[in-house]
Amino acid sequence: METLLNIVIYLPLLGIPLILLIRNENSRKWIALLVTIITFLASLPLMFGFDVANSGTAQFLTEGGRIMESLDIKYLIGLDGLNLLLFMLTTLMGPIVILSSWNSVTKHLAGYLSMLLLLQTASLGVFASLDLIVFYVFFELSLIPMYFLIGIWGGAGRIQATVKFFIYTLFGSLVMLVGLIYLGYDAGAAMGGGTTFTTDWRFLSSDIYTVGLVEQTYLFLAFALAFCIKVPLFPFHTWLPYAHTEAPTAGSVVLAAIMLKLGTYGLIRFCLPIFPNAFMEFAPWMAILAVIGIIYGALVAMVQKDVKKLVAYSSVSHLGFVVLGIFALNTVAVQGAIIQMINHGLSTGALFLIVGMIYDRRHTRMIKDFGGLAKKMPIFTVMFMIAILASIGLPGLNGFVGEFLILNGSFFSELYDNKVFAILATTGVILAAVYMLWMFQRVMFGPLTNPENEKLVDLNGREIGLLVPLVIFMFWIGIHPVDFTKYSEAQVTELIEASEAKSIAVLEEARNEELPNWTARFYDVSESESQIASTK
Amino acid sequence: MDYLGDIQAFLPGVITAVAGLVVIVVESFKKESPLNFWITVVSLAAALFISLQALDTNLNTAFSGMLVYGGPVAFGNMIILAGALFSVFISEDYLRGIGHYYGETYALILFATTGMLALAGSNDLVTLFLGLETMSICLYVMAGLIKDEKSGAESALKYFLLGAFSTGFLLYGMALLYGATGTTSIPEIGAAASTNLLFLAGTGLLLVGFLFKISAVPFHMWTPDVYQGTPTTLTAYFATASKAATFIAFILVLSRALPIMEGLNWQLVLSVISIITMVFGNIIALVQDNVKRMLAYSSIAHAGYVLVGLAAGTIEGYSAVLFYLFAYTIMNVGAFGVIAYYERNKGLDFNQVQNLAGLGYKEPLMGISLSVFLFSLAGIPPLVGFVGKYYVFAAAINAEMIGLAIVGVLASAASVYYYLRVMVYLYFREEHQPIQLFTPTLLYKGTIAVLAILALYYGIEPLLPGEGLMDILNTYGGYSTPFM
Repeated sequence: METLLNIVIYLPLLGIPLILLIRNENSRKWIALLVTIITFLASLPLMFGFDVANSGTAQFLTEGGRIMESLDIKYLIGLDGLNLLLFMLTTLMGPIVILSSWNSVTKHLAGYLSMLLLLQTASLGVFASLDLIVFYVFFELSLIPMYFLIGIWGGAGRIQATVKFFIYTLFGSLVMLVGLIYLGYDAGAAMGGGTTFTTDWRFLSSDIYTVGLVEQTYLFLAFALAFCIKVPLFPFHTWLPYAHTEAPTAGSVVLAAIMLKLGTYGLIRFCLPIFPNAFMEFAPWMAILAVIGIIYGALVAMVQKDVKKLVAYSSVSHLGFVVLGIFALNTVAVQGAIIQMINHGLSTGALFLIVGMIYDRRHTRMIKDFGGLAKKMPIFTVMFMIAILASIGLPGLNGFVGEFLILNGSFFSELYDNKVFAILATTGVILAAVYMLWMFQRVMFGPLTNPENEKLVDLNGREIGLLVPLVIFMFWIGIHPVDFTKYSEAQVTELIEASEAKSIAVLEEARNEELPNWTARFYDVSESESQIASTK
Repeated sequence: MDYLGDIQAFLPGVITAVAGLVVIVVESFKKESPLNFWITVVSLAAALFISLQALDTNLNTAFSGMLVYGGPVAFGNMIILAGALFSVFISEDYLRGIGHYYGETYALILFATTGMLALAGSNDLVTLFLGLETMSICLYVMAGLIKDEKSGAESALKYFLLGAFSTGFLLYGMALLYGATGTTSIPEIGAAASTNLLFLAGTGLLLVGFLFKISAVPFHMWTPDVYQGTPTTLTAYFATASKAATFIAFILVLSRALPIMEGLNWQLVLSVISIITMVFGNIIALVQDNVKRMLAYSSIAHAGYVLVGLAAGTIEGYSAVLFYLFAYTIMNVGAFGVIAYYERNKGLDFNQVQNLAGLGYKEPLMGISLSVFLFSLAGIPPLVGFVGKYYVFAAAINAEMIGLAIVGVLASAASVYYYLRVMVYLYFREEHQPIQLFTPTLLYKGTIAVLAILALYYGIEPLLPGEGLMDILNTYGGYSTPFM
């Protein structure tokens, strides 16, 4: 199984030389499709063989040697409750993405397919890596194919969009790199035994290792900046609408379904267990940004004239929910956040695919160019409707599960200690219904006024085929979510308990230390002392 | 005295020097013979092979303490010789192509390399000066190789005048240090280090001399013009081998002659210079339209990153610098190599970034390789440039210079823009007019491909099982132990 995990990660990479060697364009597409399908099939045993009860421990672990005696940086990959579903989502999206651009991309096809496959390997690697440096390497590696995907195969404003996307993301992750190196030395010193540096997640997140309060603040901010840009959380979202609008369909789908998740995933995986105190103290502030993002994203989405831009802004809004759930820090909300990441991948991925399909036919995405399509394209209408309803959280579909858990958890969150967040966030759900359904109504219903739309043909077999798996999962998660939430439940519970215990330990330690005034005040160090005294 | 042992210790340098003489003899009998190229390649490869054998040995002295060899010195030799070898591989075709092929160029390269090897193994200020001058004089000539154009003459004259000027600083500093300590031996100076005015003034002048040579801001003015005016493949040689040699000599002086002590805070000086260099180099590079000038400013910025490792003042920092120089050599020879290829095509001035539009698809190997080198220069994993930057910044953070690391990281984030810009033109923009690129020779293609593969390989090598370069450096990298 360990080998299988490695095979799944690197199989797409192996497809690249094949694609470059073969001269026939059609065979190239088939090879890419086959490679991604095999990758997906090969990843299924990982899901079925996953030990759900022990989701807190990394499984199928591959542990390489240290790069140096004293430097504990190593190739360390494995799956646990936090990354399993995202990993599976990535392998599922692989063939769908290749199929989505079957006929629409003709320019430099070999390069295009190679970039998609490279992106697949990078995304799988980043989710599976449990060493922070290896994580960082895959994290950055995923930028390169996306840079070319948007830059070469994107729309008219592609160059600006891709450069902005690249530099924005890189800026955040470089700041994280400094924090990462500092953390590594700090942890290495704590580990002892000749080790001076370690970025092993298992050690960093364990209760043996704690970070001091002052360091936690800076390190949390450095890490959170990188992840918030990636999410993107308001006000770091400005690169997203550009990148999404200009990217080719496949690029948008991967960006929305997979790459944005790296941000929210990083917050849970790294910020919570390593910097628990900072995580908890900053939680209300992050929640404010998340709620602003939810409402702002929805309001901006409402006035968009371009369907793709509308979906892009809806992403800002939906990911605000995920961040809100993560920082609420109770099992319900965090579980909701994890399942919502998958949901967003499925429904927004499907929406981008659908927008791509209509764009392929009409070469426009402007709402005003459409109207009355429902008569011409019945299957398309059904698919579009399902995706939209999933996205706005209709009960019975996946979106409802995630949003309900998040709102429920945030409402009772001790960290927020304020029901306003959940209440305000709920308006986001209402707004989502407004902008999505309003758009749907303008595009699909009403009289068919534009004569150009007369010639539209309904979805073909390929297009239906690539949407069907997504629709199945939308219903499956919506009707029986426990099939999916079970994977992360044990780990999330453990993680939250461990982090809370760790934060108390850090506070206790801090009482005996000289701290700068602001730190003591920010973390309520003196108060915790009295609390501890009162419990005694 | 053990003459044979001494010669053996400096065998790579001896080989290159003798080969240089042979090239001159051959050239005087048979003009522009291809034999010269092969003599150069074989001698450099032999010297490289010998240096590689010495990688896992300890540091030792030869020539009555005038030279050091083994361990990190061998590593330095490897960088210099690899830079020279790869530059020579691409020069043969390039120099013939631009019509400035002179057999003596190879002799100059070989003599300059000898000087670099002496410079990078100097244990005495006299050796250091000797090596530096042997190297510089050859480089001055090479800078003016395109003698029928204004830029060539400008390049040579600027390089010569400013080089002589900086050598003056260096020499003055050495004289003052000799006055203060009564010795020219680097470790003995270190043992007799004090904070009297003479010693401090000598140190200051020495630092200025070195900063000139490595083109740190504000002593960088000569770099862009020299890089632009020199034949491109020789620019690759200038930017990598000569810079590496000077940096290694700088390490030798810093680690062995200038102990970190109260009142002799060169770490602070280097930190400040490093910050200025990184920020300035990157900002000016942002607005360059000429790719060669852009790479020149980027090399200034890279000197800044290297200074971060030096400023850390730890063994870890010095090892990081050595690795960085290695990484820098691979990616920079590669980048200049591809630029040199584009430049030779007829029709447009392909040094202008705008004229590269759409060329990435024409000769795919060249386009892909250039992308690899540029991403590597930008420090994107999993390429060697990232590993180099990582070690350097890690050394600074471990030496509690977090501010320095943050500035470095932010500067390198800004640098990404101008590296990406080249790729934007190569791949994202349509060509202005139909352009037919010529097919490069197999040797040229092979060299570029090997460099690109090395850039990728050494980017992931640390994670692969087995002993890596950095392990060897860490085991035998005892620069800070002075030898008498």
